[in-house]
Amino acid sequence: MALKTEPMAEELELFGCIQCGKCTGGCPVARKTVLNIRSLIYQMLVEPEMDVSAHPELWDCTSCFTCVERCPKDVRPAELIIGLRGQLVESGRIPETIGAALMGIFRQGNPSGMAREDRAAWVNGTAVKAAQKGCETLYFVGCIPSYDPRVQVVPRALVKAFAAAGLDFGTLGTEESCCGNEVRRMGEAGLFEMLVEENSELIRGVGASRLVTTSPHCFNTFKNEYSLDGIEVLHYTQLIAELIEQGRLKFSHPPNLPERPSPPELGGTGGGRGKIIVTYHDPCFLGKQNHIFDEPRAILKAIPGVKLVEMDRNRERSLCCEGGGGRMWTEGTNLEERLAFQRVHEAAETGAEILAVACPFCLLTLEDAVKVQGLDDRLQVMDIMELVEMAIDDDE
Amino acid sequence: MEPQPRIGVYICHCGTNIAATVDVEQVAEFASHLPHVVVARHYMYMCSDPGQALITQDIKEQGLNRVVVASCSPTMHEPTFRGATREGGINPYFMQMANIREQCSWVHTDREGATEKAKSLVASAVAKAALLEPLEDREVGVTLGAVVIGGGVAGMVAALDVADAGFPVYLVEKSDHLGGRVADLNRVFPTLELVADLLEPLIERVQTHPNVTVFLNAHVVEVEGYVGNFEVTVGVGSREYGVGNGEDGLGQRPLPNRVGNGGGETSNLEPETHQLSVGSIIVATGYDVFDPHRKPELGYGQYPNVITSLEMERRLAAGDLTGFPKPVRSVAFIQCVGSRDAQVGNLYCSRVCCMYTAKQARLVRELLPEARVTVFFIDVRTFGKGAEEFYDEARAKEVRYRRGNVSEIYRRDGRVVLVAEDTLLGRPIEFEADLVVLAVGMEPRSDTAALSRLLKLPRSADGFFMECHPKLRPVDTVVDGVFLAGCCQGPKDIPDTVAQAKAAASSALIPLIRGTVPVESATAVVEPELCAGCGMCVDVCPYGAPALDPLWGVSRINAVLCKGCGACAVACPSKAIRMQHFTAEQILAQVDALVG
Amino acid sequence: MEPRESAALVIGGGIAGIQAALDIADAGYKVYLVEREPSIGGRMAQLDKTFPTLDCSSCILTPKMVDVGRHSNIDLMTYSEVVSVTPPSRGEPSWSLSPSPEGGDEGGVFHVRVRKKPRYVDVDKCTGCGQCAAACRMKGRVISRFDEGIVKRSAIYVPFPQAVPLKYTVDPTACLYLTQGVCGKTFLCKDACPAGAIDFEQQEEFVDLEVGAIIVATGYDLIDPRTKPEFGYGVYPEVMTGIEFERLSSASGPTLGEIIVNGKKPKDVVFIKCVGSRDPHTGVPYCSRVCCMYTAKHAHLVRDNIPDARITVFYMDVRAFGKGYEEFYDRVKHERVIYRRGEPAEVYRRGDRLVVLAEDTLLGKPIEVEADLVVLATAVVPRTDVSEVAALLGLDRSPDGFFQEAHPKLRPVDTQVDGIFLAGCCQGPKDIPDTVAQAKAAASSAMGILARREKGRPA
Repeated sequence: MALKTEPMAEELELFGCIQCGKCTGGCPVARKTVLNIRSLIYQMLVEPEMDVSAHPELWDCTSCFTCVERCPKDVRPAELIIGLRGQLVESGRIPETIGAALMGIFRQGNPSGMAREDRAAWVNGTAVKAAQKGCETLYFVGCIPSYDPRVQVVPRALVKAFAAAGLDFGTLGTEESCCGNEVRRMGEAGLFEMLVEENSELIRGVGASRLVTTSPHCFNTFKNEYSLDGIEVLHYTQLIAELIEQGRLKFSHPPNLPERPSPPELGGTGGGRGKIIVTYHDPCFLGKQNHIFDEPRAILKAIPGVKLVEMDRNRERSLCCEGGGGRMWTEGTNLEERLAFQRVHEAAETGAEILAVACPFCLLTLEDAVKVQGLDDRLQVMDIMELVEMAIDDDE
Repeated sequence: MEPQPRIGVYICHCGTNIAATVDVEQVAEFASHLPHVVVARHYMYMCSDPGQALITQDIKEQGLNRVVVASCSPTMHEPTFRGATREGGINPYFMQMANIREQCSWVHTDREGATEKAKSLVASAVAKAALLEPLEDREVGVTLGAVVIGGGVAGMVAALDVADAGFPVYLVEKSDHLGGRVADLNRVFPTLELVADLLEPLIERVQTHPNVTVFLNAHVVEVEGYVGNFEVTVGVGSREYGVGNGEDGLGQRPLPNRVGNGGGETSNLEPETHQLSVGSIIVATGYDVFDPHRKPELGYGQYPNVITSLEMERRLAAGDLTGFPKPVRSVAFIQCVGSRDAQVGNLYCSRVCCMYTAKQARLVRELLPEARVTVFFIDVRTFGKGAEEFYDEARAKEVRYRRGNVSEIYRRDGRVVLVAEDTLLGRPIEFEADLVVLAVGMEPRSDTAALSRLLKLPRSADGFFMECHPKLRPVDTVVDGVFLAGCCQGPKDIPDTVAQAKAAASSALIPLIRGTVPVESATAVVEPELCAGCGMCVDVCPYGAPALDPLWGVSRINAVLCKGCGACAVACPSKAIRMQHFTAEQILAQVDALVG
Repeated sequence: MEPRESAALVIGGGIAGIQAALDIADAGYKVYLVEREPSIGGRMAQLDKTFPTLDCSSCILTPKMVDVGRHSNIDLMTYSEVVSVTPPSRGEPSWSLSPSPEGGDEGGVFHVRVRKKPRYVDVDKCTGCGQCAAACRMKGRVISRFDEGIVKRSAIYVPFPQAVPLKYTVDPTACLYLTQGVCGKTFLCKDACPAGAIDFEQQEEFVDLEVGAIIVATGYDLIDPRTKPEFGYGVYPEVMTGIEFERLSSASGPTLGEIIVNGKKPKDVVFIKCVGSRDPHTGVPYCSRVCCMYTAKHAHLVRDNIPDARITVFYMDVRAFGKGYEEFYDRVKHERVIYRRGEPAEVYRRGDRLVVLAEDTLLGKPIEVEADLVVLATAVVPRTDVSEVAALLGLDRSPDGFFQEAHPKLRPVDTQVDGIFLAGCCQGPKDIPDTVAQAKAAASSAMGILARREKGRPA
């Protein structure tokens, strides 16, 4: 389908681009697909029309926003990809799985399309206050953490930690719907607007002064794309780090992990349980995009018995796991080389036994990669909260 | 009895600038009927010789004693028309302008409305003209001497020019040596001469010049006074206050061929203060280097084989490219680090990096003929004399230029990997190197804000000191008597720095050679009988012009410091202050004419 | 203010010469400013707006021109040329990093002879009314060099309306009487002149001057675009140079600022940079320094004048290096000016339009862009008479042909002749801020000499 380039080029202010190539240069998927965002911008500027459907690689973008973070002329290249995807969505030319995810969100408030009434089942018997009754801190659980059995341990751990710290918190229960972060990035602007409107009303209605999320994706959109004036938006790592610093959350013992030999040069004894060597993977939506690097590390360092080692490509250079931008629901054009494979090897090379993450998408993709790459005898992927939970007292 | 006003009104067409929108004939016709108007003309270009001649002639032949020119902004041609008025034989302050261009024809498209507005503006100017009073152009004497702040190339060159003309110059340098940033370099482009060969003779001339006094480890603590009569307090040895505190920031070992420490009055262990009386001040405080820690994705500070261009200079000076994790077989240069980059807030180009990178690249090729040298660029800005030829030579000597702004750097087996797109190949690349040189840009000095406050110098959007006009007044500042030289005004190379330093010297020399400076005549005057000595004028004046006379208890306004802004006149509760050339009567007459 | 005894000579009345003269005169010295055109103003008077501020060039220039015209210390000699210069006897010319401390004898002056060309108009009588030009038989037939040939004028003319001095001059190459010996039955110009200012008996005059310092500010020329025939200049009326575009765009120019080509406003405008510069084929290997910025400015002016035009700039590099320049480049791009990387190979006609052929090196393929107007940014080259002037003054030239400075890093305005200094583009291409700075630098050097002379010390 031929798109007239000028209106979108004007709307997205692409004209400032000097074609320096930093965007494509830093794009994690450019290396493994034909996606070349610089070239796409150039085509938008110099060709009168673009055949958007001739670019299936548009679905490879993970929305890591490295291009946006680094562009010297503030052009925001990833927004072009979102804009072009929007064109494909409008014309119905989208991968089936993406369509299904969007439909699921529209109908049941979550991309898996699972029943709304099952959204709060993760609590597993624990009493969690309904935020609608009023609370200081609104805990927004998120779709994947609510429904995915592997990830459900994270909200359970968070609820336990909040309770241990004496926090006045609540959740929206089955009224909670998808935050829409991925929806916007998949190009469905209309659905996104609807979600923003509905969610904003719901959230404001609670009257909480703080909103904390499990996922950096939800955190990102609430903080940067919604207008929740007067409500402080936090990712859970910020809140947990704060609670630790304030002494409201205390660790009583090292996490209970099975014996695993850890190399002496990293503090291990070569045999038996020495320090638990942990390395941390910065999620794109938390680190690169929102510059939250220190709080997750502070949490890990505070856990007794944990030794934190760094991968070479950490913080601003963290290698995207390819979970964002709708990639949880589409394989993209290159099924062979996954960045997550490279990442888990990088983690294993540090000698760490735990690859700690703070994002449900990273958790799932990296854990899958560990299995596929046969590293599961040496490396385990865990969310930070899993380690935290193991280290706090169980008497609440 | 005072003679009746006889006003001549001149409406300028300014080609089509005014006449296309304002019916100038109609305005002239309207003006001819205004009170006291004896003659009203319109002419194509009033600023031209014949235009001015109209004024001069009419004054003589028609006995005019006031002139109104309706044309462009006074900033353009007020001196021109005052000159014509003076030439006609009457006091030049009897001339009043009405701005019917910038304030009328250039901002409106409705011809009828614009013409009516022009008429109002002219009527207003005529009303004021009738009440104008003569004023004298004044000059004050000048203290013969200059202070130059900064002992780099800019400061030294400026100092020498002023000193060569026979005036005492005080060169204030905050570090313990002369030579500034150039002293940290090895060789210069495009001649590839050694810096020492350039600097040594220059420093020696400065140190031995009979008219130059050098203060090292010194900084300016206070500046008082006004153009032609500055009182500058210089603190030597102490690092407590004022400008110029703090480290150089590089902390590297000196070059083996480093030029010696300065002469003149050198640092003592005891802090001391010097009071200097001068006529002109030249600011030549130079620049800071961009700190690449602010681009963490490039790995500076993490990887020992990622270094800055200045660190490379030292290496090249020592001829030593050893000591990196791997033997150096591939060197990569990255341009535009910290420049042209909205992410770090430096939108500007640092101007010298393309050339200095080409220089270093060539020198590396000479030092390590087997090494592969690659430059990653966006544009190659080799614009100066001999520069393009130098770039040609670099490519001829197998310096490879790849177009792509490097996105990040990571480590692999002791080497570093540059992650970029080669935009001419149209695909991303991972480029391995043993050594990466970041072409870091220039930034305003960290103490620019302090100096800015001290001298009341504004700064441009890019943070460097602001010149009066970016095209036609590149070294003057809005503070009369204070001039800029070198990189403190914006990044530039050595030849442009030298030219600008000499330009600043020229501006500084003018009042010194003349011996006097003209001073604003339209200033505020206190009528002592009305003054209650309350001191409110002293409080509101931004220039420190009024002061209470301790003996008489009334305010006196320093006519040289006064800029005629009018704040004191407004503040005075007794209405004891009169703004010359903008009296209350004149302004009220203007308002009446506008709304009447 | 009475001028001091010491005097300086400034050769060239463009912005460089004007600024240098003003600085020296403001300090109180006498300055002789010699300009060979009928008016000062130089190239800057031809420009429409200046980058990056978009000031109207004449508006910021004319106050300085007027200052020169009425400065009591400046003896303005327009329509004049320097014909001989005898330097004071000094030692051998030196190439050094610093000026020699003992320059020469105390009484060292240059003896300069200036030829004042006859205008055939008595400047004391002429009021600049223009009746002569309106009446001239050759009206509308003489190519105006100031307007780059776009417009035709009379044989008696002022170069532009804000000329200083605003006095008419008879062009000896165009006037019928001066070239053919006869002008009809009667001189129409003389008849029309109310002041009786026209005088065909006027002779050239020679003036001898003694000056302590000389500043050379003779400016530049632009390369003949026909040296790049592949762009069709001179063949296609839609192809013009940057300076011609300036005149077209100028509000006081021949079309009053309307950009009209072939009788209508162009829809597709293409700018080609580096025409002649950076080019071994034309013998101009150097960069002309100003073209990237003036092309961006031109693109902006087109956008201003023709809001829906498609504007393309072809480039190899974008050299926006000065203060505010990169920001100006950003701004122009945001005005929907498309920069395409690639140096065009040729321009040819297709139907009633032109086609620019180039490789877009970022797309990696050849492209054709249609155009109604093609503007060539032509190389800045030394004046055609640079070798004569060099010989006159004893100056050396750099390999690029411009006058050579005493040292490329530390002495950008000095020459190897003590007392002679360079200002502006005659030393190498540069923009207005760098020109003004350099002019002031030359003035500083000149003032140094004059001040030392006054104090009786060696110059």
